[in-house]
This record gives sequence, C-alpha cells and structure tokens, in this order.
Amino acid sequence: MLEITELVHSYGSHRVLDGVSLSVAEGELVSVVGPSGCGKSTLLRSIAGLIRPSGGQILLGGRPVDQIPDNLAIVFQDYSRSLFPWMTAANNVALPLRRRGLDRRRRREAAMAALDQVGLADAGGKYPWEMSGGMQQRVSIARALAYRPSLLLMDEPFGSVDAQTREDLEDLVLRVCAHHGMTILLITHDIDESVYVGDRVIVLTRSPARVSADLKVDLGASRDQIATRQLDEFVRLRAEVGRLVRGGSTTATTVLEQH
Amino acid sequence: MNHVRVLRGVVGAAGFAVAVEAVGLSGLVDERFLPRMSTILVGAAGLIVDPEFLADVVATLTAWALGLLLTVAVAVPAGLTLGALPAAERAVRPLIEFLRPIPSVAIIPLAILLFSDNLHLKLAVIVYASSWPVLINAIYGLRDVDPLAKETLRGFGFGPMSVLARVALPSAAPFIATGVRVASGIAIILTVSAELLAGGSEGIGIFITEAAGGNRIDLMLAATLWAGLFGVLSNAVLVAVERRLFRWHHARSEAAR
Ligand SMILES: Nc1ncnc2c1ncn2[C@@H]1O[C@H](COP(=O)(O)OP(=O)(O)OP(=O)(O)O)[C@@H](O)[C@H]1O
Ligand SMILES: [Mg+2]
Repeated sequence: MLEITELVHSYGSHRVLDGVSLSVAEGELVSVVGPSGCGKSTLLRSIAGLIRPSGGQILLGGRPVDQIPDNLAIVFQDYSRSLFPWMTAANNVALPLRRRGLDRRRRREAAMAALDQVGLADAGGKYPWEMSGGMQQRVSIARALAYRPSLLLMDEPFGSVDAQTREDLEDLVLRVCAHHGMTILLITHDIDESVYVGDRVIVLTRSPARVSADLKVDLGASRDQIATRQLDEFVRLRAEVGRLVRGGSTTATTVLEQH
Repeated sequence: MNHVRVLRGVVGAAGFAVAVEAVGLSGLVDERFLPRMSTILVGAAGLIVDPEFLADVVATLTAWALGLLLTVAVAVPAGLTLGALPAAERAVRPLIEFLRPIPSVAIIPLAILLFSDNLHLKLAVIVYASSWPVLINAIYGLRDVDPLAKETLRGFGFGPMSVLARVALPSAAPFIATGVRVASGIAIILTVSAELLAGGSEGIGIFITEAAGGNRIDLMLAATLWAGLFGVLSNAVLVAVERRLFRWHHARSEAAR
C-alpha cells in the first residue's frame, strides 16, 4: 500500500533523511523507532504530503504522493497545537467528519463514540485549553480514529499519558486497526511499545536517517499487555531493537555503546 | 483584581476632579478660563436634558456608528485579502507604511475640499483613520495563524477555502476584534475633530464651537466630558464583547502568563 524508495530530505543544507526505503502492506501496523531528532517526523510529513521531499519516491496505493493523499488521518506529535481552541473536544473530533458527508447528528454521535473509546466520554463539552496534556492527546487520537482513514499516521501519539492509559490506548489502536482494516504507521521512541503494537518494527539510524533494520514481529495477532511482554520472542526483539537504536549492529552485543 | 483596577481608576479620576476644584476655590486661576469642577459637572448634568445637546449627540453618534460600520466593511475584507495573499501584501506595504504615520486629522482640510455633504465628509475621514488598526490586525492575525492548525485540516483533505474559513478566520478573529475596538476610539476622535474643523449644523463638535463662541468654557468642557465618557464606555463594552466571544483566546493567553 505504501512504498517508499530512497527518500531524501534536507532542510536547507541540513540533510535529515538520507535514502530511507520501506514499505507497508495493506492492513499492517508498522512502528518506526529512531533516536530523537533523527528525522521521524520529517518522514511522516513527507508521507502525508505536507512537505515535498528533496528526493526519492513515495507511492501510496501505487500512485506518487504529490499532494495530500485522500483518506488519511494524522496524529501530530504537537497535539495541543493541532486542536482548535475555539471548539469543544466533541466538535474538534466531529469536524473532519464533514469530509465524510455525515449530517450533524451522525457526526456528533461518531465523535462521542470515539471520545468514549479513549476514555473521555464526559469531556466532550470541554475546550482543549481546559484539558490536561494527556487529555488533549487523547482527543487528537479520537479525532483520527473517528475519521476511519485507510492510512493512519501517528507521531509519538502516547507521549503524554500515564502508563495505564498508554497501555489502554495501545490496545485500542490494535483493536481498531484489526477491526476496520486500517493501515497504520506509528512513530515512537518507546522500544517496548514499538514491539508490542507492531507487525513490523523499522529502526532508523541517527541523523541523517536511514533504515538500519526492518524486523518482523512474530507475536501473533492478538496481544496481551502482560502475557505478550513475557514471551521470549518479545524479550528478544526488545533487546535487539534497543541495541539497534543505540547504534549497534543486529548481532553484536555492544554493551559498551550503552554509555 | 478587575475590581481593584476599576477602583484605582475611579480614585484617580476623583482625585483629579478634587484638585481642579481646589485650584478653582483657591482663586489662583480666573474662573472664566478654568471653571470649577463642580460647575463643569453641574453643566454636564444639565446637558442630559438639553434637547439641543441631545440632537448633537445623536448626530455625532450616528456618524460614529456609520463610520465604524463602513470601516469594518472595508478594512476587514481588505485585511483578510492581504493577509491571505502575501505577494499583494508586499506590494501595498510601502504605501501603508507611508500613509499610516500621517496624522489623520491632517486630512480633514482635504476632505473639506472634496466633500460637499457634511456626513459624507465625516464618514470619509472616520473610515480613513479607523481602517488602519483593523487592516493591520487582520493582516497579521491571518498571517500568524499556527501552520500546524492549518496542516491538521489539510491533512484531513480539506481544501484551501475550507482551511481559510474554518481555521484561519477563527484564529484571526480575536485580533480583528481588537482592531475594531481601537478603531472605535479613533472614530470618536475623528468625528468630533471633523465637526470642529469642518463645521456643520449638528454634532458635539458644533456644540463645543458654539459654546466657545458664547464664552461658555464650562459648557465646552461639559460636552467634552460627555465625548470622553462615551469613548470610555464604548471601549468597555467592546472589551466585554471580546472577552465573551473569544473566551478561548483570552483563557489561553492568561494560562500562558
Ligand atoms: N521545518 C524545519 N526546518 C529546519 N529544520 C528542521 C525542520 N523540521 C525539523 N528540522 C530538523 O530536522 C531534524 C529532524 O527533525 P524531526 O522533527 O524530523 O526529528 P524527529 O525524529 O521527529 O525528532 P523527535 O524524536 O525529537 O520528534 C532535526 O535536526 C530538526 O532540527
Ligand atoms: Mg518528531
């Protein structure tokens, strides 16, 4: 569904993406991990058609991305700036549904259902600036989920919520992905999370970013916060991703590089 | 906190009034040139029931309201257009930078030559002078819309017109409203100035000119007091409207403080 070849991007003379190639199949959930500032958000913005990369190719459903693709939803890393402060949470979630041709009542129902899913059933009437960071982040997740896009791009979507809520949201995304057949690209810097939610984990190198590994996650379709994290395969993958993010190679156990 | 501020203002104004009264009582200044505060206040109170003065007030306020309305009708669309089209904004920028610092009162003599109708003259002067803050705030308000807010809507597949209507306009609205409030103050100044310089048959400015002709400094100052009070009142009303309409904007900037 998504095919990226040799993607290159520079801000001025500052090279950020240095030939990133990856592909995502229909219905797949791919996590992308990489050190801070390596170019993850830049990659996501290129896929979304919000910036025009300096070089390389992005194919979405076989067609090059030269403008903003249809049927796309984005959860921005800077979630608070992406909510509209003059609207209540429910209206923020309902607004994109205008593109779906739903009438006012149906939009409202869908918005309330999505807010309920992220645990904000009672906060629909609140304004973003009346909410905590974690609540705002959940509103922006609800907005993307309610839209039911075929491709969902999420940029560190669970950064501001507590551990328990984070686990609930991870499971929610897994459920929604399976149920509605969404394709999801999820950026995170949490190594455990990348393995837990991903069908595959793509590890990026330090800036300028290249793909340093593309790992298949063999944990089955249904995952459980406790049981899955105890599986040998999970522990192995987590260690491997951890090494890769720190800059080691796939096989070497480079303990010293942790310092 | 707000109450404390109001109270401080009232104390300040009362203190000033008492000082003027004391100067009058002391006999240091000839009362014909600086009437005692009590005389001015009694005069101001008397004006409320003076039908001639009331007709003048109506004339001035009509010109003010029409002028402000026209200002909004002209400057808001112009500012939004220039804010949305940076190339156009750069093209007219030098012109704006040149015209804006010219004291608006200075164009009244020109307007006197150009307009035979007294109301048209006033309106032209008001619109010219009051448009600047609305225009500038609309341009900057639109230009400073958070790009991420626009990208959010674009990401969901909304076109440029939808983004303008649903993100850019609501974001810029509080700034435009502030521009209109500043414009309302300028408009009252220009209305009275035009009446003073251009003459005419009715208006607070005309009343002041006539009082001066009759050597009634107390009435001049009483009428001026009413004009000033109106300015304060309209500003307060517009501030209240802004706070109500753009609660999200003020709540956010207060939280940021
Ligand atoms: N609009 C921009 N103009 C110039 N440089 C930019 C811009 N956006 C990002 N950069 C630079 O590009 C590099 C990669 O930024 P990017 O936001 O893609 O990284 P990231 O992997 O998402 O980081 P983080 O994990 O902190 O979110 C950084 O060095 C950043 O300073
Ligand atoms: Mg980022």
